[in-house]
Amino acid sequence: MMLEQKAFLSGNEAVAAGVRLARPHVIAAYPITPQTTVIERLAEMVEDESLKAEYLNVESEHSALSACIGASAVGARTFTATSSQGLLYMAECLHYASGGRFPVVMMNANRSVALPWNIYGDQRDSLSLLDCGWIQAYAENAQESLDLIIQAYAIAEHPDVLTPMMINLDGFVITHTYELVSLPSQEGVDAFLPPFQTVNKMDLDHPMSLAFTAGPAYNQAFKQLQHQAVLSALKVILDTEERFGQLFGRNYSGLIESIHCEDAEFIIVTLGSVAGTVKPVVERLRSLGERVGLVRIRYMRPFPDREIRKALAGAKAVGVLEKDISFGYEGTVFTNVNSALMRSKVIQPRLLNFIGGLGGKDISVADIERLFLRLKSPDDGETVGFI
Amino acid sequence: MNYPLRQNSFKPPEKLADYPVGTAFPAGHLVDTNASWRSRRPVIDAEKCSNCRICWLICPDGVIHNTTPGGLEIDYDYCKGCGICAKECRQNAIHMENEGI
Repeated sequence: MMLEQKAFLSGNEAVAAGVRLARPHVIAAYPITPQTTVIERLAEMVEDESLKAEYLNVESEHSALSACIGASAVGARTFTATSSQGLLYMAECLHYASGGRFPVVMMNANRSVALPWNIYGDQRDSLSLLDCGWIQAYAENAQESLDLIIQAYAIAEHPDVLTPMMINLDGFVITHTYELVSLPSQEGVDAFLPPFQTVNKMDLDHPMSLAFTAGPAYNQAFKQLQHQAVLSALKVILDTEERFGQLFGRNYSGLIESIHCEDAEFIIVTLGSVAGTVKPVVERLRSLGERVGLVRIRYMRPFPDREIRKALAGAKAVGVLEKDISFGYEGTVFTNVNSALMRSKVIQPRLLNFIGGLGGKDISVADIERLFLRLKSPDDGETVGFI
Repeated sequence: MNYPLRQNSFKPPEKLADYPVGTAFPAGHLVDTNASWRSRRPVIDAEKCSNCRICWLICPDGVIHNTTPGGLEIDYDYCKGCGICAKECRQNAIHMENEGI
């Protein structure tokens, strides 16, 4: 294990620190609350030359990701960050990056989408873009955000994966709150993360046609390859976390974090910072003899369907708590969890969908306690409800 | 102005492993031949053709080649059978034949 420094950082500052350690060649970004302080810190690092990167001030998020795609196409390591409307504005380019197999790493500050206008956190921005071919991870705190950024380059640039990756931090709750963070040493990160190598780039000695057309006879094959690549990340994520743990002593639990699920009758499944509110409730109810548990989804794509089936196998009732809704049906996380369970041959638990935290609405300890009570109460026929 | 003629050495990918990493490939432009769009094909009558090259100029897909010694040649891999060349030919040297599909 290598020696680490400690620093008191916000989630955004932890991301910036992680990006500096990963040594990107090109950073292109457009400011948007609550992402702004990430790129302010990075701009300062480039100015004081503690980060040797090309920093591009672009006129929009669409241009920010386009610039990263162009830089990635000459073999550069790239970073961008955005949030909410900015993420949606670059939606077209998200498909370009994943289809072209350019492993851009992006931080997204989860924030509600208009209207009504609101700058506070929910996850409707990134969850509405699950199908754009990116790997999506959700952090719980600043330390995990920093570690995910460093791991993201190893995962996204892996030859079996070559797929861009989005690290999601809950707006304000993670991006703007401060905590003591361990900073890996530069030597450690250099050993963990070798320079980016790819054949998928512009090379004057071996000229290639880049970003070409593929008609109906060939196009689907490229989509099959993309699907394979994202599925390959299932193993690459685990291998990367193991290497990271050996070098830096912080171990992560793969695509989900499962707490007390082995014998739990009532389980809440959620993602992001709210898991930090569920954890003490689970521990308190456990101390009173209640068999409750928590599944925190760390990756939405690739989706941890096997892990979720295993964790929920013995539960009587499961509540999926999410800051998202697909209007007219249910939350997207619930749809994904439900689909994973439908592939199971064992008896299904009762599944409920708790929609909360939209537009930054607070989710309190008391709310979580009520949700566990709801899971224990008899079935009233309602599946989806706002909390 | 014309499409490059298809290289005889080009082998279309048959299985996933034959595909390039990403969308970068030496001269790779995985277009399909558009021949299946066509219900009728233009045919040039070499005897009537005055080699005025109007058809070469107006072909919207640039599939009439002016590089063939002694006359014009239609690239049937990409001709979509619109018939503009036959309509515009002042010598009535181009007629449309059914593909017989």
